[in-house]
Amino acid sequence: MTNILIIARKEIQEGLRNRWVLATTLLLAALALTLSFLGSAPTGNVGVNRLDVVIVSLSSLTIFLVPLIALLLSHDAIVGETERGTMLLLLSYPIGRSEVIFGKFLGHLAILAFATAIGYGAAAGALTVTGSEIAADSWRAFLSMVASSVLLGAVFLAIGYLTSTLVGERSTAGGIAIGIWLFFVLIYDMALLGGLVAAKGQAVPALALDLLLLANPTDVYRLLNLGSGNAGALSGMGGIAAHSGLTAPVLVAALTLWTIVPLGWATVIFSRREV
Amino acid sequence: MTATVSTAGVSKRYGAVQAVKDVSFTLNAGETIALVGHNGAGKTTLIKLMLGLIRPTTGTISVLGEDPARGDFHVRQRLGYLPESVSFHMALTGRETLSFYARLKRVTLSSADALFERVGLAQEAADRPVRTYSKGMRQRLGLAQALLGEPRVLLLDEPTSGLDPALRRNFYDLISDLRAAGATVLLSSHALTELEDRADRVIIVDRGIKIADGTLDELRGIARLPTRIGVRLADTGPTPGWTRGGTEWKGSASGLFEANVAPEDKIALLHDMTADPSRLAALSVAEPTLDELYAHFLKGQSPT
Repeated sequence: MTNILIIARKEIQEGLRNRWVLATTLLLAALALTLSFLGSAPTGNVGVNRLDVVIVSLSSLTIFLVPLIALLLSHDAIVGETERGTMLLLLSYPIGRSEVIFGKFLGHLAILAFATAIGYGAAAGALTVTGSEIAADSWRAFLSMVASSVLLGAVFLAIGYLTSTLVGERSTAGGIAIGIWLFFVLIYDMALLGGLVAAKGQAVPALALDLLLLANPTDVYRLLNLGSGNAGALSGMGGIAAHSGLTAPVLVAALTLWTIVPLGWATVIFSRREV
Repeated sequence: MTATVSTAGVSKRYGAVQAVKDVSFTLNAGETIALVGHNGAGKTTLIKLMLGLIRPTTGTISVLGEDPARGDFHVRQRLGYLPESVSFHMALTGRETLSFYARLKRVTLSSADALFERVGLAQEAADRPVRTYSKGMRQRLGLAQALLGEPRVLLLDEPTSGLDPALRRNFYDLISDLRAAGATVLLSSHALTELEDRADRVIIVDRGIKIADGTLDELRGIARLPTRIGVRLADTGPTPGWTRGGTEWKGSASGLFEANVAPEDKIALLHDMTADPSRLAALSVAEPTLDELYAHFLKGQSPT
């Protein structure tokens, strides 16, 4: 356990030094603040709780940005160190291969959690300061949105490490990371939508749709945050969520599984690798 | 002498490439060993095998009584390694880098700090990012991390490449200290001359095969390389008359005569020559250089 913390600490130290932490926090805060003030303009003050609007906007922001940041942090983690020659030295130390991966995961997750909490927290804080009244329910939904954003980040960190252990060159890892991002964030949903349109209104079995949604972590995240409560009504996701048998615990479990499987796979491959 | 590292019949194959073939040797405590060979001769592979980073295809390796590939971390705590062209995380300072490695080896940070002085890295340089370091400074930092935790076995892969002569001397002084403290030091190098007679023992590898193993004197004895004797006669005459052991003199236009003499004839021939000092104007005796010795062993190995 100590070794994992030592590695995590070094990753955070590096993240602070090369401005990764600063850049991601500022980016998330700037976009979150912009969305929360510009985004509320169309709704005006028609009784809708303003934080609920923010939750909808920030969830969409998360789906685009958090996987991208996570993949940028993680795709280089193993192959980059191997290429630069620092991995050889590290592995000659009394440390297990799995500890290297878990340590990096923990460090990167801490960076991501910090950036998300501060960035999104700034938006919520600004709303409070400008005098909006916010119901306790909305606060709860906001907190679970931030927490699940970090969980979505964990999923893509794990996928990034898997890419990083599988490939032999940094540039390949970078290309694959962008491909993964495009696939899960843009292409998958378009293809799913296209498929539903092509089915010409024929009822798709609920179970099949559930499985299709679980197969993409960003859809799992979307259902989790936009599927219920006020956010569901605002985003229009409530309709899908109502027909689906996917409850919040199932969705959280799906995201957790999406983290554990790629991370475990990466560990197994990395442990067998000869450097 | 106690053995710290021993390999028995070790081979390593990467696909079709046979990187190391049937290598056996034993390294002892308090011994400095030079592992010499061309680039690609299998030196780095041997070091990686001793570190347990890769597993041998056949054969066994034991480091401090354990199989290094089994992942026994106690052994690695007593092992120091300096990779060829060492690199670090550029954004961190030298001190942060060394602290990181010290934590991994469970070494107190104060003793890590003391290493900066030992390798000759100034305190103000220790707080600068590694990005700003020169090659020599990086090499010193690399050496500092290898020395963490007073290792009993040090594996240094081409440690002096890129160091200026002053640094190199400083480096060899450090090695002498470590040897006195009873550590096994393995230095790899692609040239025998680099070692400046610092090693107790030399192991020469070529294309994955161990082709020589012994002290420099032993290797000289095995190689039986001739000593070159040069002489200038006091009176300009024909070829010198000394012919012990079938010595053949070659003259040059400047009046200098040279001959290659087998080691066992050397003393006797010199005795003959100096019997009448008045005949000699100048005399020089050149022992075979390390380069010649190295070339001899590599030549014996090349396919005919």
